[in-house]
Amino acid sequence: MPEIDRRAVVAGMAALGAAGLVGAAGAQQAPKPLMKTIPSSGEAIPAVGLGTWITFNVGEDQALRDESAEVMRAFFEAGGRMIDSSPMYGSAQAVVGHGLKKLGSQQALFSAEKVWISSGRDGPGQIEQTRRFWGVPRFDLLQVHNLLAFDSHFETLEAMKAEGKVRYVGVTTSEGRRHGDLEKLLATRKLDFVQLTYNPVDREAEQRLLPLARERGIAVIVNRPFRQGDLTEELEGEKLPDFAGELGATSWAQLILKFVASHPAVTCAIPATTSVSHVRENLAAVSGPMPDEAMRERIAKALTEI
Amino acid sequence: MSEWWTYRPSDFLLFSPRVYERLIESHNAGVWPWQLAALAAGLVLIGLVRRGGPQSGRAALALAGAGLAMSGWGFLWSRYAGINWAAAYAAPAFLTAGAGFAAVAALLNAPLRPTVRPAGALAAVLLALAVIAYPLAAPSLGKPWSAAEIAGVMPDPSALAALGVAALVRRPFLAAALAAVPALWSLYAAMTLFTLGAPEAWLIAAGLALFVAAVTARAVQPYR
Repeated sequence: MPEIDRRAVVAGMAALGAAGLVGAAGAQQAPKPLMKTIPSSGEAIPAVGLGTWITFNVGEDQALRDESAEVMRAFFEAGGRMIDSSPMYGSAQAVVGHGLKKLGSQQALFSAEKVWISSGRDGPGQIEQTRRFWGVPRFDLLQVHNLLAFDSHFETLEAMKAEGKVRYVGVTTSEGRRHGDLEKLLATRKLDFVQLTYNPVDREAEQRLLPLARERGIAVIVNRPFRQGDLTEELEGEKLPDFAGELGATSWAQLILKFVASHPAVTCAIPATTSVSHVRENLAAVSGPMPDEAMRERIAKALTEI
Repeated sequence: MSEWWTYRPSDFLLFSPRVYERLIESHNAGVWPWQLAALAAGLVLIGLVRRGGPQSGRAALALAGAGLAMSGWGFLWSRYAGINWAAAYAAPAFLTAGAGFAAVAALLNAPLRPTVRPAGALAAVLLALAVIAYPLAAPSLGKPWSAAEIAGVMPDPSALAALGVAALVRRPFLAAALAAVPALWSLYAAMTLFTLGAPEAWLIAAGLALFVAAVTARAVQPYR
């Protein structure tokens, strides 16, 4: 076995072992995705979730709502758990609710939502409306979207957590914005989760935020792993590097997800898609060997050179 | 909004081109055959503006206002707001602007002076673009006829038609007030369509350019 191949396999097995291979309820297809641990609780969740930005905002279009439900079905069947949405995403919340209703009770679901409204007083009402859209008794995770009215919303979320109305609380940003403010919150607040943008070409988070999250025991959700599809679109038709085979990656999307999910501080990446085959491909990306640090650099180099 | 300079139009796009196109087709199917009446009303609007005169001007204003109100309620509020929360704010603005056009039509005896060139000619081209060219854009781009956008049914051509009429309103202050909502919507719609990669954005940009040219022409050569 070549050196790099062995390293990749060993790193992948180590990651699986360290995180603990926990089978997600509802998973019907082997192999199971890599599980990562939420530091504040020790609970393990799959390293790839499902985002809903743009892809699930299909309004009242029944055919597209059913398509979204099929994406959710494939996601759960492949062992996925975390679905993330926001009041900012148009009809996406209601479409997730449609999918959950159509699929029936999903024990595996890890529901991640956000509060996004300028007035702190309106936060509880928005959260309740969101809960009705999903049709769930409570959310697993509630996050303050883009730090909007953070102090007042976080007070609400902390109170809800204390009352058992939500299991985890967090904060989100995207596209590298407000990293300075986010760093202060990570250092001073008792957060369970932080959500930020990270991928092989947007690596600013590696400097301070990811190490700080790890040090403070905060789980990290990664949004825009494909830069909202721009990365995979630009890479379309480009030959995969030779080392992709060593990692069991059959596409650039899988290489990118392996890069993101293998960072020790990252808990879950949430690519969004409208395609059943893509959602399976995304979860399969974290089912095989994972890259070690040297291999991660090779992935980043290969991408930036194109 | 912090770090506002880092935002791009695509950051505000909440939906995919496919969803938007299907929404238009679904709306057209839902309101059929209202499109035929709206198209006929648009042609009447062009005729009224060409003919000129106090009563024709008032009728043209009323028709343009009705187009704004119908598209604002029928599409922006009833359908588009479902995938784009910004449309929920635009819809009442369209209804208010439509009421403004109707009020001017009711209160001013001779609101329009369309025969003065070149402003009148530019406004006429803008109206033709809104009423005739815009509905042909979809089939010309290989989309089905069910995706055609007609003034009085869809907000983009309705806003352009309203701008064509507003450019001819005799009093500059009233013209600016009436043009505010359709002009702002046209800017927003053009930006949205550019971000979606839809060539119809160029038609809206051309309409806005014609409107600016028309009001500039009337400023240089004021109506008597």
